[in-house]
Amino acid sequence: MSAAAKPATRTPAATLPGERLDWMPLALIPAIALLALPFIPSLPTWVTLTVAGLAMGMMIFMMAAGLTLVFGLMDVMNFAHGVFISVGAYAGTSVLLAMKASMQADSLWANLSAIVPAVLAAMALAGLLGWFFERVVIRPVYGDHLKQILVTMGGLIVVEQLIHVVWGPDIIPLPRPATITGSFIVGDAAIERYRLLAVLVGLAVFVAMSLILNRTRLGLLIRAGVENSEMVESLGYRIRRLFIGVFVAGSALAGLGGVMWALYQESVNAQIGMQMMVVLFIVLIIGGLGSIGGCFVGALLVGLLANYTGYLAPKLALGSNILLMVLVLLWRPRGLFPIGKA
Amino acid sequence: MLTALLSGDTPRSRVLAVVLVAILAGLALAPFIFPGTRSLNVAAKVAVFVLLVASYDLLLGYTGIVSFAHTMFFGIGGYGVGIAMAKLGPSWGGLALGVALALLLSALLAFAIGLLSLRVRAIFFAMITLAVASFFQILASQLSWLTGGEDGVTYKLPELLHSRLACYYVILVFALVFFLALLRIVNSPFGRVLLSIRENEFRSEALGYRTVTYRTAANCIGALGATLAGALYAIWLRYTGPDTTLSFNIMIDILLMVVIGGMGTVYGAAVGATLFVIAQNYLQDLMKLASEATQGIPLLPNLLHPDRWLLWLGVLFILCVYYFPYGIVGGLRMRAARR
Repeated sequence: MSAAAKPATRTPAATLPGERLDWMPLALIPAIALLALPFIPSLPTWVTLTVAGLAMGMMIFMMAAGLTLVFGLMDVMNFAHGVFISVGAYAGTSVLLAMKASMQADSLWANLSAIVPAVLAAMALAGLLGWFFERVVIRPVYGDHLKQILVTMGGLIVVEQLIHVVWGPDIIPLPRPATITGSFIVGDAAIERYRLLAVLVGLAVFVAMSLILNRTRLGLLIRAGVENSEMVESLGYRIRRLFIGVFVAGSALAGLGGVMWALYQESVNAQIGMQMMVVLFIVLIIGGLGSIGGCFVGALLVGLLANYTGYLAPKLALGSNILLMVLVLLWRPRGLFPIGKA
Repeated sequence: MLTALLSGDTPRSRVLAVVLVAILAGLALAPFIFPGTRSLNVAAKVAVFVLLVASYDLLLGYTGIVSFAHTMFFGIGGYGVGIAMAKLGPSWGGLALGVALALLLSALLAFAIGLLSLRVRAIFFAMITLAVASFFQILASQLSWLTGGEDGVTYKLPELLHSRLACYYVILVFALVFFLALLRIVNSPFGRVLLSIRENEFRSEALGYRTVTYRTAANCIGALGATLAGALYAIWLRYTGPDTTLSFNIMIDILLMVVIGGMGTVYGAAVGATLFVIAQNYLQDLMKLASEATQGIPLLPNLLHPDRWLLWLGVLFILCVYYFPYGIVGGLRMRAARR
């Protein structure tokens, strides 16, 4: 493709992971981490905060990945994506609370026997809901952004209320399994086990996603669809079926993110979905709508910055994301890795 | 005379005319027909929300842009009055100053947001406004020396507004005047350009209208309307806090009111707001009865629980977007036109 010959900022094509990434946005992540270093009194604190930030970023990435792909592929912005997070969190919590005995046991295998079904249940239920949602709510309003926003907002209201109906309106406390609570000490820095786990899971998801997108035929079709869906369709592939698959997978990932977030906060309430939506939008705008790589970088930036400012100036913590967004938009008005269509 | 007052935009449907007259009469006579604090509260809320929703309809229904920052401007109006009254004491000058500063801040913010993000697509604007609004909400709860944080501010008003009845009529008159002003705006040549942008942006641009300018102007006017509504609501409640003005739930309420009432018709705002606020206050009683009647059947009592009223309005909202995109008012007008 001739796009590679143009200057980096003007190549809409070279944006997905594994392709020619321009390095400037990537360098932002270590830059922010290093920039925070002089302000934080001690190195161990910095290490703790950095790990916490990365963990948060990874969880945000899991939740945001589906949203950005769906937008890139089908030009649909799903304002109800947050409910997949909530539903996943609730489903996972139900399973975990039902298996209390193996949760409290101090053996990794016993804990895993509770966590794995919980995660699977969360992903399955969120995916199922995503499938239903695509069929019933979104399908009639393709191509009409105004109605998409309205209808998905309506879906958000209805599902959030249904969560109240099924699980009740109160916050449900969710203790973490025994083997992943607590922290271990590296040098002088205390690193929470759960955060490390979150980073590992997030990395695994990112790597798996990159491999699928870059090394398989399916991924090729998805990337081509993001680039130019009409062309893919005219070559004889059913972009709609592809889209449903991506939608369901994205919802399931949001469910996974939801259950991990619930364990991170050690409680669930029906508002998590909506609260996360704001963060997800900021991440998407920072990364560039429709770009997976941008979503990953954006999520990590937001996670890191939230933790540093949360430590240095707690009052600014949530505002810092907005500030970051404004700065990024001033630098690159269409996000870090703009996708051709947006 | 009446046609001039309504800016030539008559109801155009007999049923709608009757409904509107009933709403106006109900609001004007509310203290006498429905005595009691609760019903007066409902009436005042209807009056304020009619204005708020009408100003939102200017954005959503007439210009076709989805903003989630409308509660932010509503809140600016509320805090403008609240902070001025709390810091400067109950005087008319303070009240005027508070409202004026709130209007100025709203206009500047709306202008900045509009210039930054209205150039691009509707979705982008919706996302940006959502982020900015949630930022503002955090700001209001953090600057507790100014805004009272989560607790909000309570204050006294000037002498004349101490009587609830006088206060109610002041609010009603102002809401009505601003409502008619909005009606005037949407039926002016300016309003026509907004409609043309909604229908076909590319073509409006080709006809020589700077769409960004018009959209930004619409955004500012909508914001000013919301600010005035917020100020009126603050005068009625004598309290301003995050829950009464800035909360995202209010944004959702506004969306429901606009869509159910009818997008792109200012009267839709009146019908939608009235219906919604009444449902909010009285549907719950009805649902309580239903919920108790269905005790014993699994899940059904939960579905009909009074706190779940938003569920049913949400379903109604989705159905409206699919099947009645012009809401109640649009439906009534179409029926009248077909005859």
